[in-house]
Amino acid sequence: MAERSKLVEVTRKAYLPERDADKSPVLETVNLGITFGGLKAVDDFNVTIGRTEIAGLIGPNGAGKTTIFNLLTKVYQPTHGTILLEGKDIHGLSTAQINHAGIARTFQNIRLFQNLTVEENITVAMEPRIKYNMFSGIFRLPSYWKGEKIAHERAMELLSIFHMEDFASAKAGSLPYGAQRRLEILRALATNPCLLLLDEPAAGMNPSETAELMENIRSIRDTFQIAVLLIEHDMNLVMNICEGIVVLNFGRVIAKGSPDDIQNNPEVIEAYLGKKKEA
Amino acid sequence: MLHFIQTLISGLSLGSIYALIALGYTMVYGIAKMLNFAHGDVIMIGAYAGIVTVMSLGLPPVIAIILSIVICALLGMLIEFLAYKPLRSAPSLSVLITAIGVSYFLQNIALLIFGSQQRAYPTMADFPTYNIGGIQIDGITILTLAVTAVIMIALTLFINKTKLGKAMRAVSEDKAAASLMGISVNRTITMTFAIGSALAAFASIFYGMTYVYIKPTTGAMPGIKAFTAAVFGGIGSIPGAMLGGILLGLIEQFSKTYISTLWADAIVFGVLVVVLVVKPTGLLGKQMSEKV
Repeated sequence: MAERSKLVEVTRKAYLPERDADKSPVLETVNLGITFGGLKAVDDFNVTIGRTEIAGLIGPNGAGKTTIFNLLTKVYQPTHGTILLEGKDIHGLSTAQINHAGIARTFQNIRLFQNLTVEENITVAMEPRIKYNMFSGIFRLPSYWKGEKIAHERAMELLSIFHMEDFASAKAGSLPYGAQRRLEILRALATNPCLLLLDEPAAGMNPSETAELMENIRSIRDTFQIAVLLIEHDMNLVMNICEGIVVLNFGRVIAKGSPDDIQNNPEVIEAYLGKKKEA
Repeated sequence: MLHFIQTLISGLSLGSIYALIALGYTMVYGIAKMLNFAHGDVIMIGAYAGIVTVMSLGLPPVIAIILSIVICALLGMLIEFLAYKPLRSAPSLSVLITAIGVSYFLQNIALLIFGSQQRAYPTMADFPTYNIGGIQIDGITILTLAVTAVIMIALTLFINKTKLGKAMRAVSEDKAAASLMGISVNRTITMTFAIGSALAAFASIFYGMTYVYIKPTTGAMPGIKAFTAAVFGGIGSIPGAMLGGILLGLIEQFSKTYISTLWADAIVFGVLVVVLVVKPTGLLGKQMSEKV
């Protein structure tokens, strides 16, 4: 516990900028949708996520969950609707600019920079924000060392969340699967987001790893005071840590609410298990 | 023995020039996944920039060197912006054809401005010829080797240690993931073209000082040889381009000395064929597994 409180303190001072504490939601989507050819992959997606909420996005395979992540990060251009991040319309921003505005994500199938080291994976995500120019980089001027030192310290601090400091100089591709998933979360955190999108963070993890991950997601939210939106098939994880859940089927929201509401919603049960035969 | 050492040194010098050019090919391929066949012609433009500043404008050689580097870097960025950027999501064949088009465009622009007559590259400085134990070494050769070594060390440090270098490696691995981590892919590609073209400017200076005569098609042969060197070393790999360039220079020079001047090029390309048959990814190339 002592270790964690130290982390919080250092992090607050050196890393977390003060976010405006007003009660506006961190993310709001209005009638968001995308059409591929004639297919409405996502239609009229309306959702609001609070500033430090852990929200879940669930639904059967092919419901359009990852498509929503791709819309939020502008990997796909929405065909209609509006995305408000911290109350500001992010229309017209590029993928990189969206990341600067505060959305970071992980991927369903891990997409680390395999040939970069663990530390480099984190610092490369941090560095668009660290200022020193190419000249001082080549000639090793003091501003380079200062920038590199800050990046190194922050990277080690982030790695300490998952106790991965010892792997800092290993190639990311050489890590075991679970560690790669955790590194992806850290890499996303390194971009200093206000909203973290996790695409199936527990995929391929065993129950004890999943339990640990749940704790980690909670503590990340508490430490960094950010919102988390996660896609997950592990219902145990979703029902345990999510404060709000959105259920998607065939690109449409079929239910929204607290875990209890969702578990007892007949439409959700139908979407997952099929219709009960009426006697 | 003297003959051997003499050939070795001139081979290293020629190889250094190939390596400088090959780095431009390999960096652009590594990051933008395209073959920039106009790269050789950037060297030609760099050489003409040197000729114009010294011969026509009468400016000192130092200015000529700086101007060549700046002009080549800007030209690289301009080519990328006008010709390749609009084709970022086009099939690679379209980009390849465009690159060949840009190459011919640059050659014909030079033909229009400077004419088909070859022009002499200015002697930037008077280099003494050293005689060490009977071996004649040109001052230009020593300069070429020294500057290339410095450039290669600087480039390696740059790629491995700086944030732009790291961003370049990240973009070359996964463009989409890089942009989702806030790295500007377009800016990184532009910088890669600028750096590659600046290296071509250095090559143009050494090429001009060593081989003196420049004409609009001057860039074509060193361009294709350096491309061969990049493939030889493993395209996309920076140490591969350095190694490939130097080996190619040595092979060419040794073939000229010991086998036949006429056969030298055939031997160079023959070795490439053999390497690609034995190790299709080149000497230091990594096995690329495409994600499905």
